[in-house]
Amino acid sequence: MVGIPLFQKHLLKSARMEAKQLSDQVRVEFLDAIETASDLAALEKLRISVLGKKGRLSGLMRGLGSLEPKQRQSAGMVFNLLKAELTEAIKARRVALESEELLADLSEQGIDVTAPARPEQAGTVHPVSQVLDELTEIFADMGFVVAEGPDIETEFNNFTALNIPPEHPARQMHDTFYFRERKDGTRPVLRTHTSPVQIRTMTAKPPPHRIVIPGRTYRHDYDITHTPMFHQLEGLVIDRDIHMGHLKGCLIDFTRLFFGVEDLPLRFRPSYFPFTEPSAEVDIGCSINDGVRHIGAGEEWLEILGCGMVNPRVLQNCGLDPSEWQGFAFGVGIDRIAMLKYGIRDLRGFFDCDLRWLKNYGFSALDLPTLGQGLSR
Amino acid sequence: MKFTLGWLKEHLETDSSLDEIVDTLTMVGLEVEGVVDRAKDLLPFVIGRVTKVTPHPNADRLRLCIVDTGLEQFEVVCGAPNVRSGIKGVFAPIGTYIPGEKFTLEERAIRGVTGQGMLCSERELGLSENHDSIIELDPEAKIGESFAKVSGFDDPIIEIAVTPNRGDCLGVLGIARDLAAGGLGRLISPEPVSLIGEFASPINVELRFDESSGDACPLFVGRMIRGVVNRASPPWLQQRLLSVGLRPISALVDITNLITFDRARPLHVFDADKLKGNVYVRLARAGETIDALDERTYKLDDQMNVICDETGPIALGGVIGGVVTSCTNETLNVFVEAALFDPVRTARTGRKLNIESEARYRFERGVDRAGAVPGMELATKLILECCGGEVGEVTTAGKAPVGASTINFRPARIKTLGGLQVASEDSVEILGNLGFSCKSEGEVWTVTPPSWRNDIDGEADLVEEVLRIKGYDSIPAVSVSRIGPSKPALNQRQREVRQIPRLLAARGLDECVTWSFLSVDEAEMFGGGRDDLKLDNPISEDLSDMRPSLLPNLLTASARNVARGVGDIGFCEVGPQYRNDTLGGQLSMAAGVRTGYFVPRDWIASSRPVDVFDAKADALAVLAGLKASRKQITATKDAPDWYHPGRSGTLRLGPKNVLGYFGELHPRVLSAFDLTVSAVGFEVFLDSVPLSKAKASRARPASNRTDLPSVERDFAFVVPDGVTAEVLLGAVQSLSGKDSTKVVFTKTALFDIYVGDGVPEGMKSMAFGVTMQPFDTTLTEDDIQRISQAIVSKVTKATGGALRN
Repeated sequence: MVGIPLFQKHLLKSARMEAKQLSDQVRVEFLDAIETASDLAALEKLRISVLGKKGRLSGLMRGLGSLEPKQRQSAGMVFNLLKAELTEAIKARRVALESEELLADLSEQGIDVTAPARPEQAGTVHPVSQVLDELTEIFADMGFVVAEGPDIETEFNNFTALNIPPEHPARQMHDTFYFRERKDGTRPVLRTHTSPVQIRTMTAKPPPHRIVIPGRTYRHDYDITHTPMFHQLEGLVIDRDIHMGHLKGCLIDFTRLFFGVEDLPLRFRPSYFPFTEPSAEVDIGCSINDGVRHIGAGEEWLEILGCGMVNPRVLQNCGLDPSEWQGFAFGVGIDRIAMLKYGIRDLRGFFDCDLRWLKNYGFSALDLPTLGQGLSR
Repeated sequence: MKFTLGWLKEHLETDSSLDEIVDTLTMVGLEVEGVVDRAKDLLPFVIGRVTKVTPHPNADRLRLCIVDTGLEQFEVVCGAPNVRSGIKGVFAPIGTYIPGEKFTLEERAIRGVTGQGMLCSERELGLSENHDSIIELDPEAKIGESFAKVSGFDDPIIEIAVTPNRGDCLGVLGIARDLAAGGLGRLISPEPVSLIGEFASPINVELRFDESSGDACPLFVGRMIRGVVNRASPPWLQQRLLSVGLRPISALVDITNLITFDRARPLHVFDADKLKGNVYVRLARAGETIDALDERTYKLDDQMNVICDETGPIALGGVIGGVVTSCTNETLNVFVEAALFDPVRTARTGRKLNIESEARYRFERGVDRAGAVPGMELATKLILECCGGEVGEVTTAGKAPVGASTINFRPARIKTLGGLQVASEDSVEILGNLGFSCKSEGEVWTVTPPSWRNDIDGEADLVEEVLRIKGYDSIPAVSVSRIGPSKPALNQRQREVRQIPRLLAARGLDECVTWSFLSVDEAEMFGGGRDDLKLDNPISEDLSDMRPSLLPNLLTASARNVARGVGDIGFCEVGPQYRNDTLGGQLSMAAGVRTGYFVPRDWIASSRPVDVFDAKADALAVLAGLKASRKQITATKDAPDWYHPGRSGTLRLGPKNVLGYFGELHPRVLSAFDLTVSAVGFEVFLDSVPLSKAKASRARPASNRTDLPSVERDFAFVVPDGVTAEVLLGAVQSLSGKDSTKVVFTKTALFDIYVGDGVPEGMKSMAFGVTMQPFDTTLTEDDIQRISQAIVSKVTKATGGALRN
């Protein structure tokens, strides 16, 4: 123990000066060692040898006991300052060493973060569903409601009530799927259009009507452009003063909104359907560049739907007085306009369930079309 | 319907261009499907005369010819067998594009000799498939002239789609009438002169129908022309028929074909010398046969119109003639027939015997009621011109039916139905030009349709007539904006159903759309195959039955993709299935199939095979989408036999209402679909889920958040094997919020089912955690003890099990 004899020898000297001297010696001896301690164990050794019960500074402070109270106070202040300084240095070094050690530990736990994320399976919504949602949005805005009906229909609803007489070619076996003749002589059919729901609606409740009828439809045809099952959306508006101008307005708004082409040209051509009079077919403008069809003003016309004013005979068949009620109807192929809008080339792909097709042409679950957020994806 | 511009101009005096004519046709409702204008392609081809033919020095089958085109002489190598000195043919100089072969003629040596052009076959000009010989022209043809012009091939061919209501436009005259009304010129429609017969008809005609079939043939007219010379028709007539795709046969036959296309008036010519006795029309007798002109023999039934002589049927009325009485080049006396045949009967006969003919095509769409006699007179005139002869008197049976009655027409309907204001005089003019007679006084006019418009049924048709000639383009569009504030287009259930594809897509499934039909084997495997759901005329054998479930088609689709090497698939479909043919027999379904691994193989090893609980989760997600109350849904351990009997279940709402099924598919089903990976599926009956009650207010109840801490306790029970998780957890959950516990169980979660060491045979251990949430005071250890006791005694009572030590 170095400090104690010193005090004893030079009692007359200023105790403070001597304490200062001693303190500086200890600081020099330990402070640097603390700041460069290589690990926590070495640091602890240093702490014990200076601040421990038998440590240097502790020894010096014990030696103060033999001094005069005044000298003791003066020298004690110096040693206390040194104690605080060394304690602080040890603490700072410990924090530094601890964080170095943690870093070393964590570094050992490192992994390849470029490896793929945990897999999730994202599904898709079929284009038919997507386009149906788009159509619903468009027609909802025009005040239509969605009506539905069965796929298996009576000949009356599918043909007779729609003014399609028994000898009409559409009623032949090569166009229509028939079920076997029933005991009562009737033959149910798979509906060839969603128009029977017009009949069901008009016979079920009084006008006015403003409905769209989406659904599965069936025709006895299977080649590159026809499938035995396809989807149709039919529209029907019955009121007192609905005329062909309204029909045009409705279809112009619909096609322009659907294809997202504001100035899309439309052409209404006279045509013939048994259930409408007058009847029209509607063409939209398009152009073809390098074999790719572009919907919009162009040099070509493309037929997309049939329409007309509901034939008075159909109204009569539903018990409505044609001098009181009139309106329009139209029918459009959902698959067909989906193909045109989204550039899908082969109709048969719609029903093939080829995963590659579904992933390519399907839509994200979140892509719900709305007028507010846009109809097209 | 095909015709040429030149033919049209015989009935339409017009200065309009081809483009204007084509546009107008489409815009009055006669949609142009195509225009073939060969004039440009054929322009370089000129008429040349072969002046000299010498053998080719290096080839036996080739000849060297000199062709004279008037201004120049060309040396040509020709291999055609019919080339010889003196004939006139079609010459193409070097540099000419050969349309039929799609190449441009270049100068090149043929076996060492370089020609300066070529003599052409019909195929090379794109006129026919004939390549056996070069074209030989009339010796009178002038050399150096344009071949196209001389031959008439410069006449553009127009093809239109005629809608079934416009039988009158299956003749050029009717087309011209629409164009004239459309403002493109003046209609030329000469009434044929009635020729006075020079002798009484030696053949009389009769109708032999009873009252029930009186409309089968209301009018039958005949005329004999004696002493004709039948031969090839004159070039203009042949050319005309060729241009619309008809093969010239002989003058007599060609004339009837011409009138068919010109006036939409089919006629027939019999060789009068082959007829025995009088000619009459009757219904065929079942089993009678006829040898028709198409060289086939048809067996007839008792609903078909036949034209007969004393020997029996000689023609199928309105459809096709018989071969025995047909005209040949030896015919000297011809009997011309013009009749009205019932459209329905004609269509039926044609369909049943599968005969397509120009006559059938027109009769089944309805011909001009007043056209039989004028057609006959026109034929007579042309026969006299082409074949000579002496005209007999017309013999007639029956009479043309009176046309449809007059229509009371309110011209205001053009505006109120058609949306277009049209001046009265314009309407009158349009109707007049179309052949309607019109008493246009006051607010209700009296309009009589012309005899050729069988389709005019009422006022709406007249509105259409005026509108289509005015042009639909001139109708101003009026918006149909909704009435009043916006409302949903879908009702609650429709909305819920339409959200299911998105809900399932968000769960990783790809939405499919599959056929509503499938094979009988598939139907039967899934509980279907009923007689009332079999199609009478399926598109193919494997699409014969309406589907009783959505699963088979999804399994087929999965197997197809698996075969392509994609094993981990999740497919879903929302659509109909069929229980019977009634209205209620069509069920609205959501179904899905997952195969292989839940997610594809990955390095984290999160992948695992799909299992029954994936299918259950899918089904419950659909039910949640339909707002079914989860608390009320129970699962029972039964399911239809296409599921694995031990790993499938039925979801129910109460004992009777089945909401759906889920489970592994039965191995038998997997092998039937050639599926080599594991597969699970679910089916939900969307209509079986009751609608959630409409709420009076959209306001939600206040959120019940308490600051009191919740407590979680785990329990493990040893229970008999037969005890289901639902029974156990149901027993626990039944204590939630009750007096015995005074806390709400915010979570009751099963976390372990264990069978094995430490658990007796026939028993299993089930462990679950319960989260207890107090609302009044903080739970003390005593409270927790009390609640735990309540749970233990409840579970013990409900399951017959005991708390595991």
